[in-house]
This record gives sequence, C-alpha cells and structure tokens, in this order.
Amino acid sequence: MTHLPRRLFLKNTLATAVLLGAGSAGLFRPGWALAAEWPKDAFSAKKLDEAINALFGSSQTSPSAAIKLKVPTQAENSAQVQIQVMADMPNVEAIAVFVEKNPSPLVAQATFAGAEGYFSARMKMAQTSDVVAVVKAGGKLYSARQNVKVTAGGCGG
Amino acid sequence: MADIQTKIRTKTQGDVTDVLVLVDHPMETGQRPDPKDKDKKVPAHYIQKLTFSVNGKEVVSSDLGPAVSKDPLVGIKLKGAKPGDKIQVNWSDNTGKSGSGEATVG
Repeated sequence: MTHLPRRLFLKNTLATAVLLGAGSAGLFRPGWALAAEWPKDAFSAKKLDEAINALFGSSQTSPSAAIKLKVPTQAENSAQVQIQVMADMPNVEAIAVFVEKNPSPLVAQATFAGAEGYFSARMKMAQTSDVVAVVKAGGKLYSARQNVKVTAGGCGG
Repeated sequence: MADIQTKIRTKTQGDVTDVLVLVDHPMETGQRPDPKDKDKKVPAHYIQKLTFSVNGKEVVSSDLGPAVSKDPLVGIKLKGAKPGDKIQVNWSDNTGKSGSGEATVG
C-alpha cells in the first residue's frame, strides 16, 4: 500500500511532464508559424523549376518582353552582382529573382501592394549562369532571363 | 539592434520615387569555411524578411535568401508619393534579430 502513492506520484508527474511538453510545443508554434512565412521550401530548392514551383505553385512561365532585366553581361565581382527588374505591366503581384546555377537558385522575392513593379538588389553568383526574373501579374507567371558571365580572377575572358 | 544600421535614401523624379535601403548586415550563407578553423563553417546569418511601408501601410514585402550580397542594397519604386510621406523599413534575420529605419520623402 505504501507503494501506491509513489506510483501515483510518478504517474502524475509523468502526465504533467507530457502536458508541459505539449504546452511548450504549442507555445513555440506561433513563433514557428511566423518564421514559416518565409518560404523555406522555395529557398532550399536545388533546381530552378522546383524553386519556382515551391514559390508560385507552378513552374509554367511565359517569356515576356515587358519585363526588363538589368544585369551586367559580365560580372567582375561575383559576390556583388547588381540586378534590377522592371515589370512594365499592370497588376504586378510579385517579382522573384533566380540564378539558375546557384546551389539554391532563389535569390529573393518581393510581393507588391501599391508600389511599382520594380525590384533591385545585389546578389552573389556561384558561377556563370542564367539569371531569371519571374513576375506574377494578374495571376499569371511571366519570365525573362539573361546570361551573366562570372569571371574569376577579374581579367575578363 | 543598434549595432546594425539601416539607411534609407529616397529620390523623387516626376511622380516616381526611388527608395533605396542599405542594411549593414553580414549575410553569411552558412557555406563559407571558418577562417580560424577549416573544419567548421561560419554559421548562416542572413536577412529573411524586409518590408517597406508608406505612412504605416505595407507596400512591399520581400523575402531574401542567403544569395543576397553582404550589406544588402534593396530598391523599390513608388508612384505618387508626396513630400512628407513617411517610409518605414523593417527587417528580421534567421537568428531572430531585427531592425528598422525611417525616412521622409523629400
């Protein structure tokens, strides 16, 4: 009979521990959900199509001349490649920038609510590759691409 | 974070305002070997979220990846911004640090 209280005690503490565990997991969830707003799958995708698909839900893009992609044709410093995307079309919802041959192609993406369809940044490139800009406008996906030559050593080529 | 600066510059031409943001951030990819210990890598540390608001209303929300260069310089364009409009930029990185900057359209 003297063992019973102890067992009960053990059982209760275990139950409490489980509850606490569940509770703290629940507490952590909101923070985790906030962090998940950042599209982790799209940023960790290793292939261009996978990254576009993870970000927009489809990898079907049609080339468009209304997207102006301003990048150098030859980058002297692969750690600082200036890129400008101008989407000259109505209802631009999002612009995403990809470097096809980077370990993870997605560089950055921006969603718009009231600003012009324009995004500029500087990015790192692992090697000579196509730079792809994908623009979502009016529910459709458009793209533009340009090859950027990365010169190691800085002597042209 | 007072040690990481967020600078904003605006320039208005006609009815289009350029907004440029420079955040003093290392943007570590997590792939670079540690210069002191070759077997280790410098832990990833990069900005994930960068948002632009005009007078409190969010106009652009961007997600950045580790492929964005060190000290990211991000630009957007606004149409019809008036002098005196307040532009606010907020960012947060993968380690939970965050920062913000404010500027007025000149």
